[in-house]
Amino acid sequence: MTLWALLLAPLATAAAICLAPARTAKWIATVGACTATAIAVLAALQFPHWTSETFWPDERGPEIFESLGVTFELGLDGVSMLMVLMTVLLVVVSVIGSFTAVTTREREYYAWFMVLESCVLLAFMARDAVLFYLGYEFTLIPMYFLIAIWGGPDRRPAAIKFFIFTFLASVVMLVGIVYVASRRAEHVGSWSFLIPDLISYASTQLTAQEQFWTFLALMIAFAVKTPFFPVHSWLPLAHDQAPTAGSVILAGALLKLGTYGAFRIGLPMAPLGGAELSQFFAVIAILGIIAAAMICWVQKDVKKLVAYSSVSHMGMLMLGMFALNPIGVQGSLIYFVNHGLSTGGLFLLIGMIYERHHTKDMDQLGGLARTMPVWSSFMIFFTLSSVGLPGLNGFIGEVLCLWGCFTSEHDAVSGYPGMLGPWFGIIAIVGLILGALYMLRMVGAIVWGTPKEPHHPHDGGDHGTRLPRDMSPREIGIMLPLAACCLLIGLYPKPILESMDPAVRAALVRYPDAVEKVLAERSEAEAAEASAQGTVTP
Amino acid sequence: MSMPFAERLVLLVPEMVLLAGAIVVSVMGLSSRGIVRAIVPWATIAALAGSLVAVVMVHRPELAASADLPIPMLGLFARGLLAAIGIGLVLITMGSVDRPLERAFAKGLAPFDPMRVLGGEFHAFMLFSIAGAMLVTVASDLVWLFLAIELSSLPTYIMVATSRGSRLAQEAAVKYFFLGAMSTAILLYGFAMLYGATGSMELLAIEEAMTSGAAESSIAVLGIILVILALGFKITAVPMHFYAPDVYEGAAISTTSFLSFVPKATGLFVLMTVLAAVGWSADAAPASLPPEAGKVLWMVAALTMTLGNLGGLLQRSIKRMLAYSSISHSGYMLVGIVAGPQFGGFDATLFYLLTYGVTNLAVFGAIASIERQGSEIDSFDDLAGLRVRHPWASAMLAIGAASLIGMPPLLGFWGKLDLFAAGLDAGHVVLVVILAVNSAISVWYYLRLIGLPIIAPAGPRTEGLESSPSRFPLLAAVVAGLGTVLLPIMLGSLVDAASVAGPTAIEDASPQAAVTAP
Repeated sequence: MTLWALLLAPLATAAAICLAPARTAKWIATVGACTATAIAVLAALQFPHWTSETFWPDERGPEIFESLGVTFELGLDGVSMLMVLMTVLLVVVSVIGSFTAVTTREREYYAWFMVLESCVLLAFMARDAVLFYLGYEFTLIPMYFLIAIWGGPDRRPAAIKFFIFTFLASVVMLVGIVYVASRRAEHVGSWSFLIPDLISYASTQLTAQEQFWTFLALMIAFAVKTPFFPVHSWLPLAHDQAPTAGSVILAGALLKLGTYGAFRIGLPMAPLGGAELSQFFAVIAILGIIAAAMICWVQKDVKKLVAYSSVSHMGMLMLGMFALNPIGVQGSLIYFVNHGLSTGGLFLLIGMIYERHHTKDMDQLGGLARTMPVWSSFMIFFTLSSVGLPGLNGFIGEVLCLWGCFTSEHDAVSGYPGMLGPWFGIIAIVGLILGALYMLRMVGAIVWGTPKEPHHPHDGGDHGTRLPRDMSPREIGIMLPLAACCLLIGLYPKPILESMDPAVRAALVRYPDAVEKVLAERSEAEAAEASAQGTVTP
Repeated sequence: MSMPFAERLVLLVPEMVLLAGAIVVSVMGLSSRGIVRAIVPWATIAALAGSLVAVVMVHRPELAASADLPIPMLGLFARGLLAAIGIGLVLITMGSVDRPLERAFAKGLAPFDPMRVLGGEFHAFMLFSIAGAMLVTVASDLVWLFLAIELSSLPTYIMVATSRGSRLAQEAAVKYFFLGAMSTAILLYGFAMLYGATGSMELLAIEEAMTSGAAESSIAVLGIILVILALGFKITAVPMHFYAPDVYEGAAISTTSFLSFVPKATGLFVLMTVLAAVGWSADAAPASLPPEAGKVLWMVAALTMTLGNLGGLLQRSIKRMLAYSSISHSGYMLVGIVAGPQFGGFDATLFYLLTYGVTNLAVFGAIASIERQGSEIDSFDDLAGLRVRHPWASAMLAIGAASLIGMPPLLGFWGKLDLFAAGLDAGHVVLVVILAVNSAISVWYYLRLIGLPIIAPAGPRTEGLESSPSRFPLLAAVVAGLGTVLLPIMLGSLVDAASVAGPTAIEDASPQAAVTAP
């Protein structure tokens, strides 16, 4: 019941916003977002399985499409609980953060935001693959409107590009899911789309080739959503053009749907495919880390820079995941949360600057430490969290991802052999160093540097609400919880790691065998090739 | 053969209701009294509602099973669907009467001219055409099938011609008629070959002959391929789709919405019936189609959805875009036919037809509910910023377009999911991937229907728009739009109702299931 309430609370809020007068919209949305948070916290307090991989609540949902066995079944484990908590927190922050930034069509704005929250929560809570797809896919509609109506000057192309890229990829994922389900139906005799059913069938019964294609079909969707380097081009555009709160939720929740999907469905569904392709995706991930870091070097636009840094961070995250050992995957999961918090925080801070100075251009900003000391402190804090300063949250994720990557060797002592190894880790570290450099360069330029205040005619904004020179109490109020979470995770990550551990091990349960099988096949193929060459050249 | 004539007539009560309604309506339309003419649409709706009730009452499994039909229960769902969607189509036509002329009659400024009032005969033609489409599903031999197709087609030619005063409509009607006549000839040719190969006109006898060796004959294969191509005209499938954009653009929106559903449904029903008769049937074990015919169907499906979507990308006119969109949806529905009845493919196609019909009503109704100085809108520019003055119409356009894209949880998504499942079950992975990629391509032009009304600022063209005086097209759009959003709640019973061609259709079709037909 709690989960149903969590799902319906934002929808009910959206309906209430549509019916109430426009000026109350933001307050209703705040109340709704806080209610959802309260329900989520309640669920977290009730949650009995922090230390096992069991899902809660363990009950069958109603069937919504009997002949295909599509079930409306919700459930949480340690990982999805964390995702839910992060989402509700980010929505509260984004809603309150939009109070002064959004002044046109307020009712629609907040209503779409609430619908978006509900979709994201549905995707995180779904136990049925079609239900997951439903939440995953429907996020496009609210996000499309959020970007296209309240975004920057190029908002419409950005929104269309976002929509089409993601839709094309995710429809391929749907084919993959339905393929697995149809094979299972052939085998078992009845249709089901429940994720555990599909996983237990696909991971054991499908041939290596089928698993390869299934994994590829699923990962195409998740790679675009995450996004991986060559298919990332929608993200900087969407981030740049989206309103601040849209960027926050895009970075914090929507991108996570891709990585969460890879973790929840992609990896466990097709272990042979995952093992076969892990090197390929790891190489792309590293390419992404480095290429995005280099693109960041030449960015003048602060928001774009943070957006590209997102691409770079997502590469690191996926590298950890494709280490295929518990440490790496845990690192990537905790990276989810960290990236949501710190990038979300950075986008909010940049949004505040934009509201005041109407520019995001690094050349026009400078020396803000003097005029906006509070803002500058937060900016430095979140930048450090983003680049992975020990003691803050980013560090934990990065270190675990790299550790996973380093130990992901053929003969790993952890019992989880992998396909990567120290070389992957070393190159990724180069990317990380580049990342730290450009982030610090950006902060250096706008926080310190020569004091520059861009010339703008309407001082403090032209929409009635005069903003103070530095951050207002409302703005400080939304940054504080984010900062507190960053610090908490950085200093004491143990409970989170412990709660993730069982789910991670459950997801990886078939991997040691699968990796060994793939390795054995490869060495056999090599041996065959060598012997063939031996016979040809006497 | 075995069935007494009287019982067979019972099965045809729904069509009789419609034909009687058509005659009543055409006479009422001739009345010089405005009030009588005003009742015409309502009488049409009453006839459709009556036949809907009749379908549910008379199409009992035991009666259908003894009527020598290749797909006995097809008529229950198909006829119910035609009647239900038909009601919505009538509502859309209510906006398209020549109102200035009507007013002039009323004031005595113009002499009464029954030919120029869009009234009785137009609605009568609608009923005739729907009756023909219904007859198709209870036809037991090729001659009956052919006559039913003609009954369904001929009125549509006249409807296109008389739908509006514009020259475009005349041109469209001529194109439609000549190409239609050609497709009829091809169809007859195909039927003749089937007769030649099997020695019978009776569909069940054909089925028997095919299973006992006639399927090997190249004449039968050629006959099947010709039938597929000819029916491609009805369902706007490649290579017989060329007429669609011109005809859709030329006809008035009310006729366009009719064309986008009824002939298409007719074509699909005939295709299913004929294919079931030649062995592509769940009763036959194993269901089989001559491999050449299977390949042709596969290619027609793949080409139809691809060319339809690529064409849709290029359009500036809403109606032409919708024409290409309807072409591509035909391609999607053919995937179910390629998958075959034994994997639930026919059922998936029928269910998709339902989702498509409801969604299309929302889009066409919304467009028909807006006009500029008495003439309908046709350019995308007209839609920019529509939401300010016409919030309901723009919302329904957005919902309809999202459902046509296949956005969950709207109705269209579930139809597509069913098609995906049937196609993959039958092992057509490549075809399903083509279907998936195509639905992503279609996003590009459907997004305009979502984005322009809701996001774009209102331009000068939008200022001149007004609601059409009749609110019924909008009513149809709103009801269909709500259906698109809310019908997924009762997905189970809708899918059950559409499951009439699968292996277990007869056992499933208990009287209780019959009640849940739309």
